[in-house]
Amino acid sequence: MSLLNYFKRKSLQSASVSASVAKDRLQIILAREHGNRNEPDYLPKLKQELLAVVSKYVNVDISAISVTRDRDGDCEILELNITLPEPEVTK
Amino acid sequence: MAKVIVVTSGKGGVGKTTTSASFATGLALRGKRTAVIDFDVGLRNLDLIMGCERRVVYDFVNVLNGEARLKQALIKDKNCDNLFILPASQTRDKEALTQEGVERILNELKETFDYIVCDSPAGIEKGALMALYFADEAIIVTNPEISSVRDSDRILGILSAKSHRAVNDAEPIKEHLVITRFSPTRAEMGEMLSVVDVTELLSIPLLGVIPESETVLSSSNAGIPVINDKDSSGGQAYVDVVSRFLGEEVPMRFLDVEKKGLLKRIFG
Repeated sequence: MSLLNYFKRKSLQSASVSASVAKDRLQIILAREHGNRNEPDYLPKLKQELLAVVSKYVNVDISAISVTRDRDGDCEILELNITLPEPEVTK
Repeated sequence: MAKVIVVTSGKGGVGKTTTSASFATGLALRGKRTAVIDFDVGLRNLDLIMGCERRVVYDFVNVLNGEARLKQALIKDKNCDNLFILPASQTRDKEALTQEGVERILNELKETFDYIVCDSPAGIEKGALMALYFADEAIIVTNPEISSVRDSDRILGILSAKSHRAVNDAEPIKEHLVITRFSPTRAEMGEMLSVVDVTELLSIPLLGVIPESETVLSSSNAGIPVINDKDSSGGQAYVDVVSRFLGEEVPMRFLDVEKKGLLKRIFG
């Protein structure tokens, strides 16, 4: 590699900085994986048991129940969301 | 109190064994009684990097199975009086790596050594989990490359969830980042993640940066850990890593493009 080539390459590179693309992609994927990492093992079972209780009174499908655990600063939030069916379907 | 240090990365080929060999040698050169264990059962290589492959008689699995005593299996390093190597077995008998067995050997080593360096295999299978399970401190070896960073992050998650300290709610494992194969020129051009990028992404303290250096390969070829080569940037960078690990304040080197290096690159 000659001196001239070196500078040529350097000026070309400033246009496409692949390292910053790598950093952005990593930031996104690591944040997502950290979310999964903190997901406790009991969530799927909790969902099943909730469904069993709720379906005694209301006819709901498991897809209508969403349980998520989130973190807001120091505060951990367990969010439970049940979408009830249209009134005419209720028992 | 003896300390157990795991050298780990998740991804293969990033320099775990090279780092284990040089780091253990460095500790021994500083007068610390050091043992280095190869946890890569079935694919032993630490013996080659340390240049003791022809002196292996008994291995880690032999000791775990009670076929040999620990003292028979430990190989004294040819250059360093304070350094001993416990090679992995070449048989694929991974089942021999039991938690109880590993704990027993580590406890026995703790009686005579100041530091026990565990060279982890790649991946997140049993060998890797056993290498990190009893660790007090961890050296995470990472290349400034996208898959290496992601795998290191994964290993950090395992350290903080599945290690002995994590399971027993003890003080967390102390984590150190060592970035290897770093090329200042390529980082400056924006072709390679910078040291700041990698450190920010993994958010653990930086212990050192090992520049991409031809002497790392030639040292492996010769079976003499690169830290012994005081003239090479790789060797000097590992000396700094050991000093910082022992609590000394040493400024980071080899982060910027050196003019000398550039001229050398052009004129050969």
